[in-house]
Amino acid sequence: MRHEVERDVERVVLALDVNGETRDVLVPVHKTLLEVLREDMQLTGTKHGCELGECGTCTVLIDGKPELSCLLLPVQLEGRAITTVEGMSHGPELHPLQVAFGELGAAQCGYCTPGILLSAKSLLEANPRPTRDEIRDALAGNLCRCTGYTKILQAIELAAGRMR
Amino acid sequence: MLRLPRFKYLRPKTAREAARMAAELGPRAMFVAGGTDLFPKLKRRQFEIDTLIGLDFLPRAIRNGSDECAVDAGVTLAVAARDEHLIARFTGYAEAAGVVSSPPLRNAGTIGGNLCVDTRCNYYDMTYEWRKAAGFCLKKDGDICLVAPSSPRCWAVSSTDTAPMAMALEGAVILVGPDGERELPVAALYRDDGIEYMAKQPAEVVTGLRLRSTAGSRSAYVKLRRRGSIDFPIAGAAVAAHFDGDVIVSCRIVLSAVASYPLEAKAAEEFLKGKRLDGDTVREAAQLASKPAKPLDNADLSHFWRKRMVRVVVEQAFERLNDQRGGVDG
Repeated sequence: MRHEVERDVERVVLALDVNGETRDVLVPVHKTLLEVLREDMQLTGTKHGCELGECGTCTVLIDGKPELSCLLLPVQLEGRAITTVEGMSHGPELHPLQVAFGELGAAQCGYCTPGILLSAKSLLEANPRPTRDEIRDALAGNLCRCTGYTKILQAIELAAGRMR
Repeated sequence: MLRLPRFKYLRPKTAREAARMAAELGPRAMFVAGGTDLFPKLKRRQFEIDTLIGLDFLPRAIRNGSDECAVDAGVTLAVAARDEHLIARFTGYAEAAGVVSSPPLRNAGTIGGNLCVDTRCNYYDMTYEWRKAAGFCLKKDGDICLVAPSSPRCWAVSSTDTAPMAMALEGAVILVGPDGERELPVAALYRDDGIEYMAKQPAEVVTGLRLRSTAGSRSAYVKLRRRGSIDFPIAGAAVAAHFDGDVIVSCRIVLSAVASYPLEAKAAEEFLKGKRLDGDTVREAAQLASKPAKPLDNADLSHFWRKRMVRVVVEQAFERLNDQRGGVDG
């Protein structure tokens, strides 16, 4: 541990496909996707939680499937489509999930919301008519410490209905 | 913030090349596939390496034969859990893959990685600062086991869900080393030691898993944990049985998370040969199966309760086998 800071930092140029746009970044190879998104791309919608893969607040979509950006290395992600919460809306037009979350008050502090929105987006793209249990299963990696989940589940059902 | 340590990232193109890199670099380097077990541990400084060898080249296919299934090590747990052939012929394996951690981790974590999951302990899976304050343990930087201080060995717990099931199904892993490839029964992949928990050579890459099934075989996996998601197992039962009608011809019962390796309950397996799965038989078998489990106070919840629950998860696993009667494998 004490020798770590004496090591050289290996930096790499990566072409990352983030929210449909390919961006070149020069980053230390040991930085996680979460750190690169927030610190090098200023995409701070992806939140920084436990950093250990236990809370789901840093969820992003990789090729449409939810994964945890705190446990991903950008060097492993070239050629993969990365979607963050910033990529959900089209300009000023919010995604139906975002609208439903706003309407039903499905967020209190909002810290877990970006991760939950993305898990829900992935679910609805694969399954436009999920049951309540299927929604619960899809969100089983996203913790919310404020809301008790009921409004979150209702908002996803509302959005699913509008998207069909 | 918990940041990863500085490291170099190597990108071999084949398993042989990866194995040669690992052999050359020794303990300074580790393999990484999904990274879901490795990265938290690197952030907590439980491993001290300066190089990661990426296994991104690993194929990600499931090849189904009539009675055999070859699963590439790069297949994610989510894909394995949803695979129709695995669900039909190796039900317990698909169940085990589907209860590892949480959905986003199963989209990243691989079946090869889950076979290699590091053993866990409440005194070990903590940040560097916590471990320094509490006193380092035998598994990392310390001289004594903090769970059993008079013991000469480490008692960290095997925490993989899929390995017990692969063992129960008498699966085999394909290992590629610097000098060639070999096949090893999953049962021979582990050691009863919290530190040196794997019997493979450190430079060998797990490239695949082979499962075999015969007509009349059924399998199930039941996992015990505090919450229905995210958590590692604190006990579990993997059972696979071959039936002739309703009579068990042979069976394997392998317990998760109650020892430093997936623990086979051999007395219960012998007891069940030639018997039908009625309530009394299952209860007696579960009682026998729970005997070798000796969980210590180094995982979530009380170890006394975990010990008592081993009997329950074994019973539940056999109930699942009964539920599968009349299914594909009849």
